[in-house]
Amino acid sequence: MGIRLPFLKRAATFEHGIHPAYHKETGSLPIRRLAFAPRLIVPLAQHIGKAAVCCVAVGQEVLRGQVIADPDGFMSLPVHAPATGVVEAIGLMPSASGKMVESVTIRVYEADGQEVQVGTPRDIDGLDKQELLLAIQQTGISGLGGATFPAHVKLNVPPETAIDTMVVNGAECEPFLTCDHRIMVERTQDLLRGIRIAMKVSGASRTVIGVEDNKPDAIAAIEAALPTDGSITVKALETKYPQGAEDTIICALLGREIPAGQRPASIGVLVNNVMTLAYLGRLLPAGEGIVERVLTVAGPAVEKPGNYIVPIGTPLRFLLEQVGARSSAKEIILGGPMMGTTVSSLDVPVTKGTSGVLAFGEAQLAGETQRSYACIKCGECLNVCPKFLNPSQLGLLAAKREYALMAERYHLDRCFECGCCSYVCPSHIPLVQQFRIAKAVNRERAAA
Amino acid sequence: MSMELRTSPHQHSGRDVPVIMRNVVYSLLPICAFSVWQYGLSAAALIVTVTLACLVAERINNRISGAGNTLSDWSATITGVLLALTLPPAFPLWMGAVAGFAAIWLGKSLFGGLGQNPFNPALIGRAFVQAAFPTAISTWAPAFAAQRFGEFIPSSLAAPFMAPPDIASWVRQQGVDAFTGATPLARWKFENITPSAMDFLTGHITASAGETSAILILLCGLYLAARKFLDWRIPVAVLGSAMLLAWAFHLAQPERYPTPLFVLLSGGLMLGAWFMATDMATSPVTPRGIWLYGALIGILTVVIRYFGGLTEGVMYAILIANAAGPLLDQFNQPRILGGKRDKS
Repeated sequence: MGIRLPFLKRAATFEHGIHPAYHKETGSLPIRRLAFAPRLIVPLAQHIGKAAVCCVAVGQEVLRGQVIADPDGFMSLPVHAPATGVVEAIGLMPSASGKMVESVTIRVYEADGQEVQVGTPRDIDGLDKQELLLAIQQTGISGLGGATFPAHVKLNVPPETAIDTMVVNGAECEPFLTCDHRIMVERTQDLLRGIRIAMKVSGASRTVIGVEDNKPDAIAAIEAALPTDGSITVKALETKYPQGAEDTIICALLGREIPAGQRPASIGVLVNNVMTLAYLGRLLPAGEGIVERVLTVAGPAVEKPGNYIVPIGTPLRFLLEQVGARSSAKEIILGGPMMGTTVSSLDVPVTKGTSGVLAFGEAQLAGETQRSYACIKCGECLNVCPKFLNPSQLGLLAAKREYALMAERYHLDRCFECGCCSYVCPSHIPLVQQFRIAKAVNRERAAA
Repeated sequence: MSMELRTSPHQHSGRDVPVIMRNVVYSLLPICAFSVWQYGLSAAALIVTVTLACLVAERINNRISGAGNTLSDWSATITGVLLALTLPPAFPLWMGAVAGFAAIWLGKSLFGGLGQNPFNPALIGRAFVQAAFPTAISTWAPAFAAQRFGEFIPSSLAAPFMAPPDIASWVRQQGVDAFTGATPLARWKFENITPSAMDFLTGHITASAGETSAILILLCGLYLAARKFLDWRIPVAVLGSAMLLAWAFHLAQPERYPTPLFVLLSGGLMLGAWFMATDMATSPVTPRGIWLYGALIGILTVVIRYFGGLTEGVMYAILIANAAGPLLDQFNQPRILGGKRDKS
C-alpha cells in the first residue's frame, strides 16, 4: 500500500488493487480485419437471458446481417448471420464454457465480399424511448466487455429509479487487452453517438468517460470530439487493476459507493462499456445487427498479436492459425488473464462477449503451478481487495469447508472474483477458486 | 496442442513465501555482522549454532510428520537468526541449541508448522531458556573486548548441564574499562543511571547479541518496509505508543522516568518492533487490528519495564499481543465497500 500525498494531483482511482505487468503492446496497432473462417459456429445463447429461437433451416442460404434467430421475449436477443453462406447444421455444439449449446453452423461462401447485406438505415433522432429500446434489441448487442447483459435491458431504466449519471467504462484494466483502447481511438464518433443514444434512453443528464492514463491517445481523441455543452466529460483514471469493475470505476469517477448487494442504479448511476456503446452508435443508425466484433488476440505464444475484427462464430482454431499461434501454446484464455476463462477445445467459437483470446505457453504456467504454502497471514490480500473483504479469513474458512459462515459473516457474496487476492498471495493459495466453490455450494444448499 | 484448463487469475505477482522469508534473512545479516564485530567468535558461534539447531529441529519434524522438506521456505532460518540475536552474546552454545529446538518444536511444529503458530517461535524459544537458564540469560559480555576474535568468551563453550564458568575473570583479563555486567535498562532500573545517546549509536552498551545498535536495526527495518516485506504500520504503532507513554511518564516525573528516546533505544524494543512484532503469522491482518496490536505491544513494554519485576518487557509484550491477535482481528473486520461497519 502506498502512502498518499494529497497535495499531488493524481488520476482518479479507488483504494487497493494491484499493478500487474500490463503488456499493452498491441495498444498501438490499428484494428485489422481477418479472413472469414470456412465455417462459422453461431451459438443462439450469447447473452444473459433466454436463448434466441432459430428461424432458419438446414440448407437455407443466409445473407450476412440476416436474422437467423429471433429473441424469445424481452430478456433475449436476436442472432444475425455473421457471413453469407449456407446453413449446414443446427444443433448442439461445444461452447467456451465446456457445455454443449444450440448453435447454427454456417458454411461461408468463399467469394463473400464481407459487406453486410441486410440493414435499413433509420433516423434515430425521431424515435421515442420505447422505439429506441426495440431498435437496440434488434441490433442484438449485449455487454461487449464480457458481461453479455442485453444492452436494451440495461438501458431500460425503470421509472422509479432516476439515473443522473452514466459512467462509460474505458478503463480496460485487464492486462494484454487493448481492443477498447483502439475502439476509443479509431471509432470515437461511433462511441459518442452511442453515448448520446444511451443517455436519451436511460434519461441520464451527464456522462463521465473513465479511461486509464496509460491510454493518453484515447483520452486525447475523445476530448477532441466531446460536445461543447459539457454534458459528456472524460476523466483519466490511474492505471490499476481492477479499475474497470463497476464498484471501483464509480468510486474513482464519482466518489460514490454502491450499497452492498445493490445495483449501480440505486445510486443513480448506469455503467456501460465503451465497446458496447461504440457498436450501438455504429449499428443503430444503420439498422444493422451485430455480426462481428473487435477483439484482442495476444499472449506470449502468439506471433502476430493485435486487434482484429472477427466475425461472430469464428472457431478459435482458425483465429489462432491466422495470428500464428506457436506450438508452445498451452493455455488459451478467453478474456483477460485476471478474470478470463480457459478453454479445453479450439473448436469453440468467438461470441459477442469475447473481448480477447490469449495464448500462454509453458513459461507462464510455471508461475501458476508453483507449490502452495500454508497461509502465513501476511495480509497482502486485504491490502489489495477492492471490496475491502478479508480473503485471508475467507480462505482459512474455505479450507475448513465453513461455507455458510463465509457468506454470513465475511461477505463471501460481495466478492466479484477479480483475482487480486490470488495474484498477490505469496503462498499460492487458489483463493478465488475456493470462493467460487464456496459460492456454488451455498447456492446449491439454498436451492435444496 | 494440449490444452490446460485453469481458473483465473492466470497471472501471479511472483512474490512467494520463500522470497519474503529470504529477504528478511538478508536484512538481518548486517545486524549479525555488527554483532560479530562487537563480540567476535562467541557471537558468530552463537548465531550459527542456534540457526543450525532450528534447521535440524525443523528437518526432524519434517521426517516425523512426513510433511516434505520445509527448510526451503526459509522460515526456520529466520527463527534461528532472530532467536540468536535476542540472546546474550556469550550465552552457552548448548543452551542456544536448546533454545533453537524449543523455538521450532514448541513454537511452531506443535501447532502444525508455518503459518499455524499463534506465537512468535523465536520468542517462545527465548522464553523457554529464560525460564530454564535464568542466570545464563542475564549474564552479559563486554563489547569490543581485545581478544574477541581470537578466543571464545569462556561461557560460550560451557559443557552441557554444567555451571557455566564466570566470565568476570575473562573480562578483567581483557582489560575492558567500566564493564558493569548490567544492561542500560537494569542500570536505569536499579541504579537510575542512563547511558548517553552516543553509546547507543556506537553499540558501547551491554545487551543481547543483536540489540545494541538501534540505528542499524532501524535501517534494516526500513529497507524491509520500503520493499514491502514488512507492514510498516506495526513498528510505527509499537514505537509510537511506547514513545507517547514514556513521554507522558517522563513529563509527569522526569527525575524518576527516563526520556522517551532512552525507552526507544534500549533493550529489545527496536528489534522487537521491526522484526518480532511484524512476524506475519502471529500478527493481525485487519487494518484496525494491526494498529491496536502494535499499540498494545508498545504500552505493555513500557508498563512491564516500569512496574514489572523484569528490566525488559518486549518479549512478554509481544507474546501477550500475539495471543490477543486473533481477537483483535475478529472485532475489527474491515468495513466492506458499500457496507455498514460490522460489530464482529
